[in-house]
Amino acid sequence: MKRRSTFLNVSAGMGFVFLYAPIIALIIYSFNKSKLVTVWGGWSLKWYAELFKNDQIIDAALVSVKIAVISATLAVVLGTLAGFVLTRFGRFRGKMILSGWTTAPLVMPEVITGLSLLLLFVAMEGMFGWPSGRGTGTVIIAHTTFCLAYVAVIVQSRLVSLDETLEEAAMDLGARPASLFFLVTLPLIAPALVSGWLLSFTLSLDDLVIASFVSGPGDSTLPMVIFSKVRLGVSPEVNALATLMILTVAVGVIAAVFQMRRQHRSKEIQE
Amino acid sequence: MSLYTAIEPEQAEACADGGASVPLWRQEGAEPFVKIENVTKKFGDFTAVDNVSLNIYKNELFCLLGGSGSGKSTLLRMLAGFETATSGRILIDGVDTSGIQPWKRPVNMMFQSYALFPHLTVTENVAFGLRREGVSRSETKQRVAQMLDMVQMGHLGKRKPNQLSGGQRQRIALARSLIKRPKLLLLDEPLGALDKKLREETQFELINLQYELGVTFVVVTHDQEEAMTLATRIGVMNQGQIVQTAEPHEVYEYPNSRFVAEFVGSVNLFEGKVVEKAPGSVRIDSRDAGTTLSNNHGIDCAANQVVNVAVRPEKISISHEDPEQRDNCVRGKIEDVAYMGSLSLFRVRLDNGFEVRVTKPNLMRAAAERFTWDDLVYLSWDEDSSVVLTS
Amino acid sequence: MSIIAESVRLTGPTLRALILERLGQIKCGRYAVISIPGLWLAVFFFIPFLVVFKISLAETAIAIPPYTSLFEFDLEEALLEISINLGNYRYLFEDDFYLAAYLNSAKIAAISTFFTLLIGFPMAYLIARSHGTTRTLLLSLVILPFWTSFLLRVYAWMGILQKNGIVNDFLMSIGLIDTPLTILQTDIAVYIGIVYTYLPFMVLPLYTALEKLDGALLEAAQDLGCKPAQTFFLITLPLSLPGVVAGCLLVFIPAVGEFVIPALLGGSDTLMIGRVLWDEFFLSRDWPMASAVATVMLIVLVLPIMLIRNNAEKQGEAA
Repeated sequence: MKRRSTFLNVSAGMGFVFLYAPIIALIIYSFNKSKLVTVWGGWSLKWYAELFKNDQIIDAALVSVKIAVISATLAVVLGTLAGFVLTRFGRFRGKMILSGWTTAPLVMPEVITGLSLLLLFVAMEGMFGWPSGRGTGTVIIAHTTFCLAYVAVIVQSRLVSLDETLEEAAMDLGARPASLFFLVTLPLIAPALVSGWLLSFTLSLDDLVIASFVSGPGDSTLPMVIFSKVRLGVSPEVNALATLMILTVAVGVIAAVFQMRRQHRSKEIQE
Repeated sequence: MSLYTAIEPEQAEACADGGASVPLWRQEGAEPFVKIENVTKKFGDFTAVDNVSLNIYKNELFCLLGGSGSGKSTLLRMLAGFETATSGRILIDGVDTSGIQPWKRPVNMMFQSYALFPHLTVTENVAFGLRREGVSRSETKQRVAQMLDMVQMGHLGKRKPNQLSGGQRQRIALARSLIKRPKLLLLDEPLGALDKKLREETQFELINLQYELGVTFVVVTHDQEEAMTLATRIGVMNQGQIVQTAEPHEVYEYPNSRFVAEFVGSVNLFEGKVVEKAPGSVRIDSRDAGTTLSNNHGIDCAANQVVNVAVRPEKISISHEDPEQRDNCVRGKIEDVAYMGSLSLFRVRLDNGFEVRVTKPNLMRAAAERFTWDDLVYLSWDEDSSVVLTS
Repeated sequence: MSIIAESVRLTGPTLRALILERLGQIKCGRYAVISIPGLWLAVFFFIPFLVVFKISLAETAIAIPPYTSLFEFDLEEALLEISINLGNYRYLFEDDFYLAAYLNSAKIAAISTFFTLLIGFPMAYLIARSHGTTRTLLLSLVILPFWTSFLLRVYAWMGILQKNGIVNDFLMSIGLIDTPLTILQTDIAVYIGIVYTYLPFMVLPLYTALEKLDGALLEAAQDLGCKPAQTFFLITLPLSLPGVVAGCLLVFIPAVGEFVIPALLGGSDTLMIGRVLWDEFFLSRDWPMASAVATVMLIVLVLPIMLIRNNAEKQGEAA
């Protein structure tokens, strides 16, 4: 019994080390003074300074954030509707198809999604003259489509675990479907919407492949710029950028965990 | 190679018959089958089982009775080998079990949740233990069929557990735990998940099965009625300790402490001071009762000691006329009447404000109506009916 | 008043019937709500596949867009001329290069999936067996990388695996090797990259399945004579199978079409179909051929994608 748990701890522990060692190495090397990425030349913030002087990266970052905010918001609206329809509307014609369309983008290889959307945009431009050319607009549409699927899944799992009698009680008290949704269901699934938005934001900010297909010239997103830089080898500036992005996320997640624990505790105290 | 003894049904009957006249636990010097010696189990700072010593004899149906957190389940899990005692030792059939892993013990357990494997059929579930022992396919098949017939589930062999009702699952779990013919069967709240009616039926089936197979049963339950019906003896547990071990009627009629009296059945407790003490009898002056109470059992107490006199509600007779009894008679007003079908429960407020509960069987149809709210009544009982509790 | 009295009496089935009736009355509104996400997904997820298929039947041309049109309308003659070119598909099946790319992608994805399972299972098991704060902590440790950039996590391995990177430095310092190993730009680096980036996708469904596993079942197995290893193979593994299947599919499917990982960590000879598609499109600018590659990949992946859905539905029913 004892030996088995040691085996388990060691093997699982190695898994966690595997998960974090590269990230930690990356962070440490972002403070490396040396231009040669693997030779340690002492601590320095030099690459962070370089990073903020690099207009190409800063511009791309701004474009990416703008795309991420808009597509995450759109994805939350559409994804919530999809998740709600799939869990609360009972049976309807085309339900199987809709549920297939909302889960397939999760695993669809990005090259296929990217290529197919690009070809669609080109074909639509040929037929209707819209969208004229490609740029941030087409990237937003593409990102909304695949982020929508993530939001729908999160909302669905939240709705499934939600006590349906709460909604029945609201209807019993006279809430019509629309007010029921906005006054009862939506507040109850708010945490799912928040995590859905944050996840969409991250996914959009991170996407290289789809954006490469559907963005236009001059509208390079941050991952596209990073990719073109690192394709040729390790770049200390990218190390610095990666560190900043990872720390931002880490701080956010840790704050969220603490917030959750505080709520949990105050709930326990109330009970 | 197996530690399991193959008790054939005929043999089992023979030994069950042999022991029926004088139970082993009443025989002086009889060798216990399970010997629990000074066992303590601690989880961190919490002591779940506190220095318990207990003997269980062959063919017994022993019930561990207690509330949640009393340590009864932990004790059972130590017998099964899922927990290791912090100190003390457990012997099963003369073998010290410490260090023997669960899968090597001649002990099987029926789990509270039944723990039927959801991915296996009923037959596969029941066959599971035999297959692990390396019993041949043909023998397994035959023994499983026999066992399923015994629990009257022969027709459901191909079903999966989630296609069974609660009662059916309970039987399958029982069959699975019995198939290896364990020396000792542990049952964790075996009837807890069944509804009341089914529970009553199953109780008797369990007793019959135990008698037929001659396997020693240890049952954990929080339900005192269940313990009373099933057990040859009951061990009442509280805060990790066994507070009384006795046959069911003894636990009920002669509880050895306030805790046991209150936990098993309902009881009226009158606090008082010992005023007269003779060999074989005692008189107690009780302010709660507002009179003197007497009892003709010999008890071990000092003069002037504060004790509790326990009287079960059904031992008290209720009447409109004064029975003119020197002791054990109090007067009060009926405050509440609860008609419960076979009997009626009265809550009587004594003149001094103390509340007494009395039950009266409804022997005749209109019997309950003779006593009603605000009636002035006399409550009395025999010297023989009460128990004096010193702890 | 009377409305309240009436609704108080309506409980259970009656209330449900009333709700259904009410929903029936607003059927139009209902379909409007359904159609919003439905239309979006139809236009931007489903129709694009048809377009891809259509263009895979076209020929490449020096034009904008760089392919020929399938339909030619001749208004004066009232003729519709359809020209379908199956040449792309013929080429796809005749040229060993493409077949090798498909097979190699499947091989790399399968091997990586296996190792992801091997590493992920103990992690998921440990999390499922821990309690309270420890569980929350371990779970967030698994999810955290999920929130950080995928691209940057792949990139991190470049620095680690290169000739004078950390791995080689370490192996040389303990005297295991004399000359640095070439890991970067080989298939091994691609395996490492896939296992690493997709590990959370494996751990989470495994954890969900293992967490539901009732500890009493494991005890019951031991009680009936199972040693720990037997308990694992007879009880734990079969009961966590839906999680194993879900995790493997979630890793395998995207790994087959992976582009970033072979592009950054793989060598020029690391043949993966995602990369082939990318090159056809961006380097050769052969859109019809890229479309044909995508169509075949999609057909190959339809089965596992449907498996995922069925698996998820089965799990939903079980719960």
